[in-house]
This record gives sequence, C-alpha cells and structure tokens, in this order.
Amino acid sequence: MSAVDGRIGARAPALSEDGIQALHAAHLKRQKRQRLQVFSVQIAILLLFFALWELAGRLKWIDVLLFSYPSKVFAQIGKDAASGELWGHLGITVGETVVGFVLGTLLGTLIAVLIWWSPFLSKVLDPYMVVFNSMPKVALGPIFIVMFGAGFLSITVTTLSITVIVTTLVVYNSFCEVDANLIKVVRVFGGTRTQVFQKVILPASFPTIISTLKVNVGMAWVGVIVGEFLVAKMGLGYLIIYGFQVFNFTLVLSSLVIIAVVATGMYQLVVYVERKLLTHR
Amino acid sequence: MEPVVELKHITHVYVSDREASLALDGLDLQVYPGEFVSLVGPSGCGKTTLLSIIAGLMKPTKGEAFVYGRKVDGPTAEVGYMLQQDYLFPWRTIFENASIGLELTGRLDQEHLARTGALLEEMGLSDARNLYPQQLSGGMRQRVALVRTLTTDPGILLLDEPFSALDYQTKLQLEDLIAGTLREKNKTAVLVTHDLSEAAAVSDRVIVLGSRPGKIRKSFDVPEHIRSARPLLAREQTGFNELFHDIWREMESAGDKE
Repeated sequence: MSAVDGRIGARAPALSEDGIQALHAAHLKRQKRQRLQVFSVQIAILLLFFALWELAGRLKWIDVLLFSYPSKVFAQIGKDAASGELWGHLGITVGETVVGFVLGTLLGTLIAVLIWWSPFLSKVLDPYMVVFNSMPKVALGPIFIVMFGAGFLSITVTTLSITVIVTTLVVYNSFCEVDANLIKVVRVFGGTRTQVFQKVILPASFPTIISTLKVNVGMAWVGVIVGEFLVAKMGLGYLIIYGFQVFNFTLVLSSLVIIAVVATGMYQLVVYVERKLLTHR
Repeated sequence: MEPVVELKHITHVYVSDREASLALDGLDLQVYPGEFVSLVGPSGCGKTTLLSIIAGLMKPTKGEAFVYGRKVDGPTAEVGYMLQQDYLFPWRTIFENASIGLELTGRLDQEHLARTGALLEEMGLSDARNLYPQQLSGGMRQRVALVRTLTTDPGILLLDEPFSALDYQTKLQLEDLIAGTLREKNKTAVLVTHDLSEAAAVSDRVIVLGSRPGKIRKSFDVPEHIRSARPLLAREQTGFNELFHDIWREMESAGDKE
C-alpha cells in the first residue's frame, strides 16, 4: 500500500541527518589515526637512527674519531651552549643568513621590476643574466673577499650573488605570466603603467615572491656556510672548518646538527608567514 | 541627433614578425544616444579590434574614432568595457573589486563608495561584499564585473561577449539583467557576440560584419515590439524568427565569401 502512495517528498530520506554526521565523524577519525601513524613512524626512524649511531660508535663498528656518536655530539652542544660560546657563532651565522635571503629576495625583485619596466633593458641584459645564472657563484668568493674584506660583508655578498639572480629570473617570469586580461581591466579605466604594476602585476606575483623566499632560505645557507669556510673567524661554518682542522669531528657534527635544526626552523617560519599572507588564494 | 560614437573610415593593420594583415577596411559606424547595437560576424571580422579602438586601447592605422564628439586618445572614464570573463582580482574582496575603477580614477570618496554599495545591492550582491571572487558562481562574478564597469558612470558600454563563458540559463538571466539595467540607466551599448539570437533579442540594431578584412555587410533594425520586450520574452515575439533567419542568411553568405 505505502509503495503506491506516490507523494513526492513524503518519504523519509534514505539516510538520516545523524547517519550522515556519523559518516563525517568516522572520516575525520580515520584521518586523525593516519596522521598519528605517520608521525609515530617518523619519530621511530629518527630514534632508530640515533640509537644505531650511538651503538655503532660505542661498539667501535665505526671510527669514533671520524664519526663520533650522538651522546658525545649532544654533550658538545650542551657544553658550548652552557659556556655561551655557541651563541656568538649561531648569532653571526643566522644574521648572515637572514640578511642574505631577505635582502636577496628584495634585491632580486627590485631588479625584476626594473627589467619589467623597460623591455629594452630586459632584452639587453638577457645574455648576461644567462651567463651569470649558469655560473657557480661561490667561485666568485675570493674576488668578494678581496673587494669587501674577510668578514661579514663579503659573506653576505657571496650569499647575495647566489640568491639575487635566481630571484630576478623567477619573479620577472611571473610578472610576464600575469593574465593580459587582468591588465586590460586596469587599462580600460585609463590606468597608468605604475597603476598596472601596483594593482595587478605585484599582487598577482606575490605568491611567487613569497615562494622564492622559501627557496632562498636554502640558498642563503649554502652561501653563508661556504663564505664562512673561506674567511670567517666566527660562525657555524667556521666551527666546521675549525673542527676539521683540529680533527674534532664531534664539533663538526654538532655544528651540522645545529644547522639542520635552525635551517628547518627558519624554513617553517617562512612557510608560516606565507600561510598568514596568502589565506585568500 | 549627434552620434555618441562615430567611426570614420577606420582601417587597421596588424603587424607581426611573419606578416602584416588587414583587419578592418574603411569602416564607418555611428551609434546614437541610448542605442543598443550588436556586432556579429564570423571570426576574424575584427569585432574585438573595433571595440578596442572605441575604448582607446588601440590606435587605428588610418581613420578616426570619436566619442561624444571628441577624438579618442586613450581610455577614458566615459567608456566602460566588459570583458569575455569577469577577470575579478582573486586577492580582492567583491567590494574592493567593484570599486577598483574609482581607485584608478581617483574617485574613492564617500559618495562614490555609497553608490558602489547601492549598485551591488541592486544586483543582489550585498551579502557578497566581503567575500572573495572564488566563493561566487560564474553568474554572480559577471554581475560584479558589471558593477565594476558602472561605478565610474560611463555613458557608453562596450560589451565583448560578456555572456559567452556562462551556462545557458545564467546567460539568459544575465542578458535580461544587463539589457534592463543599461536601458534603465539610459546607457549606450555596443555588444560583440557570436550568438545571433542573443544579438537579435537584446539590441536595437544588429550589424553583420564580413571577414578578412572586416567591413560592414548589412545592418538590421530590430522592430519596435521586439526591442521593447525583455530579452527572454523577445525571443517569443512574432517576427523574431524571421529576423533571426535574415541575420543568419547574411552571416552564412559572409562566411561563404572566404
């Protein structure tokens, strides 16, 4: 009888509202469980690595002089941190890196703006950019030392030489790829070239600029550490070279561990800033 | 009556590395105040080129364009332009998108901002003011684009296939809305479209262009009872089918000539 009732909408839905909510809750629970699993395996790998390394060192499977082991490395870090010696080195290196990637991104973007403004200049500079980009910039290190002295300045300039050109190329490219129709929107209102840049080109390229900032964090660390290898009397790169020269590999490895931690932290900070700035895209 | 848009013997040549080609050949056109004129024609007939010249985005190789009796020399606030898609800026809210024309023409004052708000409300978008474009449907976005064009109060609107990217139902609704709004505000409009039935339903005059090089083949005056009906209803008026077929035949012979 009820089957031939035939009134549309009179029927109860095949799945109740509670049933649908339950499916959603189950989905969230599954996701959470998977996240937890991934995280536990990640931690397990890290602990296993340190445990094996410690064991291998203590049981003399590896040459302790060369490879040290975690408890010695962390003792070294603890000692340097307590004596305050570490902070000076860390401060210098972090300072150089931050200056390197912030200034590199800004300067690179500025050059990109210049060559966007003048298509003629862009054509003229093109081959020079290609040559300079393909060149291993750290090879210029000795020249910078002669020019700017053995210290903070020449290390920063070495870092800039790595970050600036890549930034310029990537950002200029993104300027050129902005949809011509978005530019037309500004032009039909009689917008000037300056307005086209302010209202369209720059905001449209903002995500690219932020993402070069991320790439430049990594690049800046390369520049700074190599720069410090060459000249420094301070900094984590200097600690590595010094440890190498006096054959204190515990010092070398402890510097590496610190670099890994700080570089990751810096990267995460940029990712955080990116997320904050680009919430609506 | 003085025409608000007057094209005198417009000829345009596109020059590229490969060749120079004639896009428009000695084209004359007058559009009168409050008129709604559609340009239809096969692809390559220079419809969009014509709009760009009236808008001042492009200088014709030969000939002169006049808007309100003044020679066109670059874009002005008197001429509004609607593109094929909305091209709203994804980093701006709906209100910020709608008011960009005011920003660019230095009129970001209380009075104009209030008017922008009123226009958004008129288009049923007041709830969307602080949303971002990606949160809106295609039809709503194109309505925002219309508001953006109207905020600077242009007397002339150039419509470059503004309905082509929308689904059929939205397209019909928007035709009604835009044609109605423009008529009510007494704007002059030039519409470029591929859709012959759309051209016949919304316009006072339909101009068929021939292609390569573009020139005017024929101009059809839409009968009074069709043009006074809303676009959606105009399609059901007596004589609409005949008009449609006349335009269709003219288009076919324009295509055959190639």
